[in-house]
Amino acid sequence: MFKVLKRQNIAEAVYSVHLEAPQIASRASAGQFVILRIDEKGERFPLTLCDWSPDEGWIRLIFQVVGASTHKLGRIEEGKGMLDLVGPLGRPAEITTCGHAVCVGGGVGIAAIHPICRELRRAGNRVTSILGARTGDLVILEDEMAAVSDKVIVATDDGSKGIKGRVTWALEEFLKSERADLVIAIGPAIMMKYTSAVTREFEVPTRVSLNSIMLDGTGMCGTCRVEVGGQTRFACVDGPEFDGHQVDWNLLLSRLSQYLGEEEISRRLAR
Amino acid sequence: MKEQPQKSKGKPKKPRVPMREQTPGKRAANFDEVALGYGEKEALAEAFRCLQCKKKPCMAGCPVEIDIPAFTKKIEEGDFKGAAAKLKERNNLPAICGRVCPQETQCEKLCTLGKKGEPVAIGRLERFAADFEAESGEEEAPERATSTGKNVAVIGSGPAGLTCAGDLARMGHDVTIFEALNAPGGVLTYGIPEFRLPKAVVEREVDYIRRLGARIELDQVIGCSRGMQELLDDGFDAAFIAIGAGLPMFMNIPGENLNGVFSANEYLTRSNLMKAYLFPEYDTPIKHGSKVAVVGGGNVALDSARTALRLGADEVSIVYRRSREEMPARAEEVAHALEEGVTIKFLTLPVRLLGKDGWVAGMECLEMELGEPDESGRRRPVPIKGSEFELDADLVVMAIGTRANPLLAATLPGLQRDKRGYIDADPVTGQTSIREVFAGGDIVTGSATVIEAMGAGKRSAAAIHRLLTGEQAPI
Repeated sequence: MFKVLKRQNIAEAVYSVHLEAPQIASRASAGQFVILRIDEKGERFPLTLCDWSPDEGWIRLIFQVVGASTHKLGRIEEGKGMLDLVGPLGRPAEITTCGHAVCVGGGVGIAAIHPICRELRRAGNRVTSILGARTGDLVILEDEMAAVSDKVIVATDDGSKGIKGRVTWALEEFLKSERADLVIAIGPAIMMKYTSAVTREFEVPTRVSLNSIMLDGTGMCGTCRVEVGGQTRFACVDGPEFDGHQVDWNLLLSRLSQYLGEEEISRRLAR
Repeated sequence: MKEQPQKSKGKPKKPRVPMREQTPGKRAANFDEVALGYGEKEALAEAFRCLQCKKKPCMAGCPVEIDIPAFTKKIEEGDFKGAAAKLKERNNLPAICGRVCPQETQCEKLCTLGKKGEPVAIGRLERFAADFEAESGEEEAPERATSTGKNVAVIGSGPAGLTCAGDLARMGHDVTIFEALNAPGGVLTYGIPEFRLPKAVVEREVDYIRRLGARIELDQVIGCSRGMQELLDDGFDAAFIAIGAGLPMFMNIPGENLNGVFSANEYLTRSNLMKAYLFPEYDTPIKHGSKVAVVGGGNVALDSARTALRLGADEVSIVYRRSREEMPARAEEVAHALEEGVTIKFLTLPVRLLGKDGWVAGMECLEMELGEPDESGRRRPVPIKGSEFELDADLVVMAIGTRANPLLAATLPGLQRDKRGYIDADPVTGQTSIREVFAGGDIVTGSATVIEAMGAGKRSAAAIHRLLTGEQAPI
């Protein structure tokens, strides 16, 4: 049993949980993920690590309640736990010193980009973070991101906080006046797709963290397969970080839609 | 008093006793076990057929060298528990082997009776004895040697790992099995379906390994959760790597990443390990196709095809590039699949998957003919020019084999591997380029059988015992 040490509702339908996981905390690197299974009848699903403490033995995950499993996870009370927690999985994010890095986080993707942003800054880069969400209430971890960034720009679809408009638009405006050496984007696939389109125009190397469907997370099934530079790769072991300009985004979007009908059935049952 | 049957020469030549099965019509709609096993009378009659040959040729066909005439003799005498005890002297997982071994190419192939008629149904008798003991609820408490104080890590809880761990624990070593998935058993759990190997049987046999004294740690991906070198540094005196060959192969043909195209590993893991056939009671979904094509000719292809049938497919075809003769699948399973309504398209090679709106809609294939034998000794299939045709399919399962997963070996740089990533190990002891690290099963040989993996686990257990104690293994 893996215990929930702390649970916070940090935005509408968005939860932050600290889990007791000393072994994972002692080995984790920025960009890696874990696979969880809540109960005996549960499915295995991946979440990217937001933070961890090797000294205190915890990991932190932030997720939005979208389906049956995140619904179950969000309901686990402090002191209670889940059946399975596996990790850290995937290759760590590539941390290089390149000059000016721009970290673009969309929605709960901000949680996944947080440790990468922190490491890029630690490696001596100047870091600008561009955070986007539908509304101001959904912009998470603003203080934490400010603490690891030289500059934070917020963009919301409805203009309730920061710039009005999508995060991709905010990035485009930013790149018109500022030179960037690297862009990292994490968020919904569609947001990463358009972010990569923008940076291609500005010829800025771009890395993305792909969120394909996973089952085992160890390379044994290939459900997470993606095409990068014309090659089939398994996101769980070859990634999840890839060159955004090489990813076949339409294929990823199509594959992500494979179980929409089943997910709707699970969601209704979970309520 | 029980009637004593006449010995060898006097035995009448009878055909083997058939095993009761669910009818094809009924079983194709459920996931319950197809073969129902022998009852006591049937087992007695079948065991009576054994000639008790002095030279025991059947034994040479068994990778773990079960004393076959000795256990069939116990059954013949009505001492069913004695038969189970005899089996367990050599085999820690008899209920599994009796069900999934390809006996026709192993023990039963060498049976004297098989020369002129049907061989003794050794597998069915093994299964009977193991099930009888378990169902009696009075399984013998396994004996353990006094503790040696040595720690052994076993990586992977498939047939090789379970066997090695069971033997080492019996010899008094402190054994910890590390398993990456959320349940133990390896291919026995995620690969072989319920209708061929009930998970309750796997749990029972895994529990027996636990009772022998081995601990199992789940959710431990060695290479990620912990490095291999870390285990050795953490006080393990030796390690046995039995992680199988779990990396699925694809054909690298156009359209393979379309929705509705799955590796057999994914399809079977969803169904068997995650119980997706019980969705939405269980949370993991699985796609239900109406026209399903499975590419491959091994047991995994048959398991996938028969799973698709049970999930309600109207038509299921197996697409295989060679002919019936070269098919590596177990004969009994091929027969079962055909009875259930699976069709097999022999000498057929997929060259392209056709899509519609991102989903697979069909398969372009070529007809083949057999040419000269290749390095495997099987005749190489050669495409016939201009023989292209299309096959309708809304779900495709690729069951063309697996390769070595590189995750673990990457964390142990001194571990020698061959070009394809399989671990170089001594064929007898399983010892690798690192003195205290042994390996066995599919990660050494590539995809093979459950019993061969068990044989490797057994030999490595003996070799590890010798390395740690300087003594010959007692079992």
